[in-house]
Amino acid sequence: MSEQQPTNTLDPNKWIDNYADYLFNYAVVRVNNSDLAKDLVQETFFAGLKSAKNFEGKSTERTWLVSILKRKIIDHYRKINSKKGQAEVRMSFYDNGENEGRWLEERVPQSWGNDAAKSIESAELQETIDNCINRLPEKYAMVFRMKTIQEFETEEICKELNITPSNLWVIIHRARTQLRSCMEENWFKK
Amino acid sequence: MFKKFMLSCDEAAMICDKNQYGEASFWDKFKLRVHILACKMCKEYTKQNRLLTKAFKKKAGELKEQHICMSAHDKDSLKRELEKVGV
Repeated sequence: MSEQQPTNTLDPNKWIDNYADYLFNYAVVRVNNSDLAKDLVQETFFAGLKSAKNFEGKSTERTWLVSILKRKIIDHYRKINSKKGQAEVRMSFYDNGENEGRWLEERVPQSWGNDAAKSIESAELQETIDNCINRLPEKYAMVFRMKTIQEFETEEICKELNITPSNLWVIIHRARTQLRSCMEENWFKK
Repeated sequence: MFKKFMLSCDEAAMICDKNQYGEASFWDKFKLRVHILACKMCKEYTKQNRLLTKAFKKKAGELKEQHICMSAHDKDSLKRELEKVGV
């Protein structure tokens, strides 16, 4: 009675022509580094060849390859997340002493002037944002990008990085405080 | 009781950051508002944060539209690598 589902098959000879661009773009968006993205795509194809016999044909070839790539990207995220012992160059913005939690005098947000709102329409702004994100500690940059630029759900990031939501918000808070200051220095006050 | 209600600037900015993603609770947003009434620095931070969020959203939008291809050269070397393992 039941209609037989069309079974998908693998054709590794055509993988590069058919999927290299798609997978590459998918990876670049997520890891923000084209060399790394290239490596991840290559690893994906290798892993795909190795486990081709496990392909059940339930999904399309592309979906199947993407699911392999996804695992590779998560592994990469976790590697960054678990890097320990690295001295984190983190600027302090709030008082630790008597006035705990208050803005440090020299780091109080400065006024950006009247043209600030207009200036975000400029195309060059994107470059400044990129530079400022790249100056963050690697882990902060990664979490900030995932949440803000790639627009992942909080839950998804926590699951992939194995962190709690309060961890995530502390990282986002530190990243944004530092970014605000960097953008002030390099864009809004120029 | 009073202490519980008052936010430090650090805490206020943290809630403000969370709120940029629409994920601050009602109670937190209320405390932030009260803090901002008294704190010019955090008021400025909040204003600037909104502007930054707008700029970041633009970037997020561009990223969604972006379609970067792998260079022909890289595809060729990838093909050779795959041939080595017998495709």
